[in-house]
Amino acid sequence: MQWLGLYNYWIVIFLMMAGFYVVISRSNLVKKIVGLNLFQTSVFILYISMSKVQGGTAPILKEGFAVYSNPLPHVLILTAIVVGVATTALGLALVVRIKEAYGTVEEDEIHNKDESL
Amino acid sequence: MLLSFLATTAIAVVVLRDLFAVVMLFGIYSLLTASIFLVLDAVDVAFTEAAVGAGISTVLMLATLALTARTEKKPRQWSPLPLVVVMITGATLIYGTLDMPRYGDPSAAIHQHVAPRYINESPHETGIPNIVTSVLASYRGYDTLGEVAVIFTAGVGVMVLLGAGTRSRKKKGEKS
Repeated sequence: MQWLGLYNYWIVIFLMMAGFYVVISRSNLVKKIVGLNLFQTSVFILYISMSKVQGGTAPILKEGFAVYSNPLPHVLILTAIVVGVATTALGLALVVRIKEAYGTVEEDEIHNKDESL
Repeated sequence: MLLSFLATTAIAVVVLRDLFAVVMLFGIYSLLTASIFLVLDAVDVAFTEAAVGAGISTVLMLATLALTARTEKKPRQWSPLPLVVVMITGATLIYGTLDMPRYGDPSAAIHQHVAPRYINESPHETGIPNIVTSVLASYRGYDTLGEVAVIFTAGVGVMVLLGAGTRSRKKKGEKS
């Protein structure tokens, strides 16, 4: 029971490491961006897990409820999600541009083309 | 629990080589995340994640796949180094969580300082029942302004990257 309270954080770390692994071990650029997104989402879950209060309800004020979950992390993550999509869009645009310039989205092939110039 | 589904989906995303399947699984992953947010009382975050994460991100990634390659190439040789790095980092982080407050603990440090003030004072100060909205638009309005600046910059960046070429690429503009 003592350790069960940390289950959320451990899953978060697992997801984070899965994303990290994709980013550093795969050479395909689209896959790398998916990995970055995995990493990012795991951070969101970390924040939202911390904001939960046992027996609390969603932070919308209403008669008859006294305990609310912490609204501050919700606000921060709301901002982070939208910014995350903006950066994803920018990253994917870079991938498309690299494809136009090099004809491939595999990192090692791009390196080979650079060396042969 | 939903979190276990999430972990399974993440493993599939790591293992699969068909990028179309990876993007679709990532959509499912985002939707699962949204349901977890709902369970954790974060309703505003849940519908933003469902619309933006599962919707717009997936569409953007599919558009990119249509313009690039559908499948990932096989790597030349498998190297154990990334796995070792990931294991060490993960172990360090898990060691770090041992000091964290337990899930749902009302006496955790983050529930003591700013949040009670928002919960108690925001109905009188702003008159909006949804605390997340009043914090987002009123107390932290400058944050939101900065966020708009970031999105604008990203939009301009996408347009410059894709629109400056000689070919007209109208498939993927900024949608944020």
